[in-house]
Amino acid sequence: MSLVQFLVLGAFMFSLGVYGLLVRRNAVMVLLAIELMLNAVNLNLIAFEAALRTTFAGGQIFAIFAITVAAAEVGIGLAIVLLIFRNRRSVNVDELDVMRW
Amino acid sequence: MAWFDNGWGLSLIVFLPIAGALVILLAPKKNLTAIKSFGLMFTALPVLLAAVMIARFDYGHASTFQFGTNLSWIASINARYHIGIDGISFPLLVLSTVLTLLAVIYTFNHWPEPYNPKAFMALILVLGTAMNGTFVALDLVLFFVFFELVLLPMYFMIGIWGDKTMMKVPGFKIEAETRLYAAIKFFVFTLFGSAFMLLGFLALYYRSGDFLASGARTFDIPTLIDLGSQGLFTGTFAFLVFGALFLGFAVKVPMWPLHTWLPDAHTAAPTVGSVLLAGILLKLGSYGFIRISLPILPQEAHRWAPAIAILAVIGIIYGALACLAQTDMKRLIAFSSVGHMGFVMLGISTLTVVGINAAVIGMVAHGLITGLLFFVAGSMAHRYHTREMAKLGGNQTLMPKMGAILSFTAIASLGLPGLAGFWGEFMSLVGSYNPAFGLDLGVFRTAMVFGAIGTVLTAGYMLWMLQRVNLGVPSAEWDSHALIDTDVYELTAWVPLMVLIVAVGVFPKLVFGATNGAVVALVAKAFGG
Amino acid sequence: MVFAAEEVMVHATDGGWLAQWAWLIVVAPFVAMVAIVFFGKRMPRKGGEVAVGAMGFVFVYAAALLILNITKGVIYQHSIQVAQLGNVSVEWGWVVDGLSTMMYFVVGILSFLVFTYAIGYMKGDVRETWFFAAFSLFVGSMLVLVSAPNLIQLIVGWEGVGLSSYLLIGHYWEEKENSSAGMKAFYTNKIADVGLIIGAIVLGTAVGSFRYSDILDAAASNSSVLVPVAVLGGVLLFIGAMGKSAQFPFHVWLPDAMAGPTPVSSLMHAATMVTAGVYLVARMYPLYAGMASDMRVLIVIIGTVTLLIAGLLAIVQDDLKRVLAYSTVSQLGYMVAALGAGGYTAGLFHLWTHAFFKGLLFLTAGSIIHAVHSNNMSDMGGLRKQMPVTFWSFTSASLALVAIIPFAGFFSKDEILATLGNNGYTWAMWIGILGAFITAFYMGRAMFLTFFGSYKGEAHVHESPGVMAVPMAILAVASLIAGWVNIPGVYEGFHHWVTGRAIAFPSFSTEGFDVPVMLTGLGFALAGIIVAYFVYFRDAETQQARDRVRIPVLWPLLEHKYYLDDLYLATLINPIKGPIARAVNWTNSYIIDGIVNGAGVVARILARFVYGDLDQKGIDLAVNTAAIVTGSAGGQARRLQTGKVQQYAAMTVAGAVLLVIAIVIFT
Repeated sequence: MSLVQFLVLGAFMFSLGVYGLLVRRNAVMVLLAIELMLNAVNLNLIAFEAALRTTFAGGQIFAIFAITVAAAEVGIGLAIVLLIFRNRRSVNVDELDVMRW
Repeated sequence: MAWFDNGWGLSLIVFLPIAGALVILLAPKKNLTAIKSFGLMFTALPVLLAAVMIARFDYGHASTFQFGTNLSWIASINARYHIGIDGISFPLLVLSTVLTLLAVIYTFNHWPEPYNPKAFMALILVLGTAMNGTFVALDLVLFFVFFELVLLPMYFMIGIWGDKTMMKVPGFKIEAETRLYAAIKFFVFTLFGSAFMLLGFLALYYRSGDFLASGARTFDIPTLIDLGSQGLFTGTFAFLVFGALFLGFAVKVPMWPLHTWLPDAHTAAPTVGSVLLAGILLKLGSYGFIRISLPILPQEAHRWAPAIAILAVIGIIYGALACLAQTDMKRLIAFSSVGHMGFVMLGISTLTVVGINAAVIGMVAHGLITGLLFFVAGSMAHRYHTREMAKLGGNQTLMPKMGAILSFTAIASLGLPGLAGFWGEFMSLVGSYNPAFGLDLGVFRTAMVFGAIGTVLTAGYMLWMLQRVNLGVPSAEWDSHALIDTDVYELTAWVPLMVLIVAVGVFPKLVFGATNGAVVALVAKAFGG
Repeated sequence: MVFAAEEVMVHATDGGWLAQWAWLIVVAPFVAMVAIVFFGKRMPRKGGEVAVGAMGFVFVYAAALLILNITKGVIYQHSIQVAQLGNVSVEWGWVVDGLSTMMYFVVGILSFLVFTYAIGYMKGDVRETWFFAAFSLFVGSMLVLVSAPNLIQLIVGWEGVGLSSYLLIGHYWEEKENSSAGMKAFYTNKIADVGLIIGAIVLGTAVGSFRYSDILDAAASNSSVLVPVAVLGGVLLFIGAMGKSAQFPFHVWLPDAMAGPTPVSSLMHAATMVTAGVYLVARMYPLYAGMASDMRVLIVIIGTVTLLIAGLLAIVQDDLKRVLAYSTVSQLGYMVAALGAGGYTAGLFHLWTHAFFKGLLFLTAGSIIHAVHSNNMSDMGGLRKQMPVTFWSFTSASLALVAIIPFAGFFSKDEILATLGNNGYTWAMWIGILGAFITAFYMGRAMFLTFFGSYKGEAHVHESPGVMAVPMAILAVASLIAGWVNIPGVYEGFHHWVTGRAIAFPSFSTEGFDVPVMLTGLGFALAGIIVAYFVYFRDAETQQARDRVRIPVLWPLLEHKYYLDDLYLATLINPIKGPIARAVNWTNSYIIDGIVNGAGVVARILARFVYGDLDQKGIDLAVNTAAIVTGSAGGQARRLQTGKVQQYAAMTVAGAVLLVIAIVIFT
């Protein structure tokens, strides 16, 4: 298996994630998109680590860090979304623009 | 008495009045007695000190600067606190102290509107310091400070306590309050000249460095006179500097054609303001010529002398003719000052011992006589509420003492021999006939003839003024007014002046005893005798 | 036939204590004046007694000095320096010599008598005290003038009498004409004084001293310093003399001066003040006799013209005082002409006699005016019965004036005529003789109109009280005998008196009896009286009828005083007082001050421009614009903050992409 295939998959997944981040209206879906981006990044990291094991061996470690942070971030993110839903009865990000000029 | 002779005497004379002003500022506004007493005390003390000086002055060495001191003041520019009086400034200093005292006494009962004795008295005292200081200053910076300091109190006196009626500025579509117009005009016009004068002083300062041994520049007047008498200031430099100084002094004299501030200032000013303006302030200009311009730039003075003589004579004739066209009494007296100072300047322009002596006694006499004239005119204006001569008339019937004093003073003003005014006029004509060596006889003798004609015109307008104001039958509009004749304060202020006018007239040695020595030395040093 | 000129031998002493204390007579009147001013109102005679006392003192002392001069001769002077200006020395002092003792006596005796008279005349006057004060000031000034040892003191006294004249002529200043008359006198004198002052300066500067003794010494010794200026100085001093002594064309003030009270007219404008000019020429005689002798013909001409035109003017006056005024001018012309012709003694002798009889004439006129309450002869007539003392005094004085032997004026006028004739001025002599006729004619007219015929007025006429009558009587006697002090060949005392001078000068001669001239003069005088008799003696109701001699063109010309006054007013006084003065004032306010005010206006306009346009709309605009731009930029920039997270995310992504591209491109 060549490195490029994994990188293309990773880029594809990242683009999907960006698309979801920018377009989806539901906050939970935005979070999902963010998770997708994080996974794409993890994939890239593992792929590079597998390809460059002799010169760069930190990829796996970096990926574990990313998974941990992602897990924590999702936990808090969903908690915030839940609270927003409780206060505003909606999780449509287009309606969440209080903090502006 | 060494402390007195070594600068303290003069310094006290100069600074006591302003100290008095500060004391008065601390006094409560309502306490009229305190204001009056302090005012009296701080102007009487200088007179007493001046009297002591009269006794202690060395008349045999009148050309040396006595009672002086020379202390360091602004070391960085070598401006020193150098004061002293010689035979020329001494009579003027005495005149200044006496007139200030008399003005204070007069004002005890004659506060001008708006009523504010504290401020007014304080201003008189500040003015007193400034006037006294100018005559004793022997350093150009010090001289300039006092010369300019004179303007401030006078500006406020005219601007606040002056004539509030509206006037039209002739030739322009502008109406202004007389006092405001006159105050600004006086201040700015004088300052205009003084600005050039300052340039002249600075020029002399910088140039002096070229000639002094140590290379240090100086503002010191006697030192500059030494340099000047050696003929070191020459050429275009001298011409420009003399011109600059001329502008500054000529506005103050006032010389024609820079005289137009005077009539407005006098008609607008309150009585005491006019008295001190005519009595002393006008002398500062001609004193400046004698003390600074002539000795420091003698060759240049020689070149300018005919022009000064011509301007002086124009002033004499012009002033007299303008007087004849006046309807306002104070304005008439103001123009008469232009004429009298013309004689003073004529005397100075001759560059001779006789001429300059004549100028100094002319200054003293004018201070006494015109000061008294403005006192009387002011008192009359105060009682009649008008200065228009057409409305006045028969004053001798309504107020005999006032009328008599007015007559006496007017007659003194026209230069009657036997009274002080004669000496200035006659001796300046004598000097004009025989001017300094090298001066154009034609110009000066013609000037003499016109000056003599000027005395006729002076008699003309003075007697005419007397006829209109004093003689004849009073108009019916004064029947209902209770016109009070002279009161104690007025007489106390005026009688000493009348006595002095007669005394100086009969015994001119009172002035010449001091001035002659100094003038002889000045002319000898400047023009080689 | 003329007696030979005599050698001058000045036998003189220095006068001793009498001369040393002579300054008292100069000071006494001033002391009196001060005393009168401060205490006069409380005195019974309102200060008059102080004045008369002082004049009495002056008279007695002056008499003593005169007697000293007559018996022993005296030449003394003393000066005190009162100022030094370089080389110029100013001194006050006094002279006691032949000329001055004569003048002191004239001033003294006339002052004493006139002051006494004035006590009666001025009784009840509105300003009696002030009158005596001013009158004393006059006498003091006159004595300062006469006693002066130098030209400066002379000028002081000269102007002092001018001032007193102004004050006294305008004594009744409630009416404008009176104060105007005083001013006219002052101005005319002041104009002439220009000559005096310049002359004094010229001579004094040339010689280096203003003292007579120095100047006259230089003149007598033909000093070279005086050569360029002697004639000029002489002319200028004479111009001054012309003013004071009312010579043509400066005579116009004297007739108007009659507005003053009559004692003033008598003392000042007949006997003393107007003689100051004659005195000056006499005092400076060594100059005129020697170095300035070229201009003496001018003096003779002026004197002669004056005596003639004034005499003619006296004929047409209705006001008695004016007749006498013009007569005075005319007689002064005689004195001046005599001096010009070389008659030092003749001129001074006439001054002496004239003082007595003209002074008296004015006193009698005052007496009449006092009684009749009018100055005009048309309100008089037939007064000789009710006023005998006045009448006989008037007669005595008139005969003296008309120069009928043996009255005083005869000797002095005759001497003048002889002087004129014998020094080459025959034309002047004939005019003088004609003048004698005219004098007699107008005095005859005055006499007949006033004292003869019937009384035309309505007042209660009575003789004057003793205090007025006695001085008149004394002067009447003097008018008879005063001329006897200089009878040629018999007693030439006066000549010796006045020639007692420190400096000798030529033409020290006195004329003798020139019989043809004397007889001609006398004849003309008598003829004048006779003609006047025929014209005026017969009573006439109206002034018109009285003046039967009204010659068509001549009379109006005389009535209008040759239109001289109108000429002076139109060409000199009114232009200066009116258009010229106004033009100067206009130039001052609109042109010179216009420049000053214009500078102020220009400054204001400039200021408005600089502030309004340059500052507010210019520089400040830039400052404000910067602020506005910043503000609007901020306003635009904040729109980026929408509060929408996805937009922020979008911008982040876009930015990251750009960054990556940039990195890829630039590395």
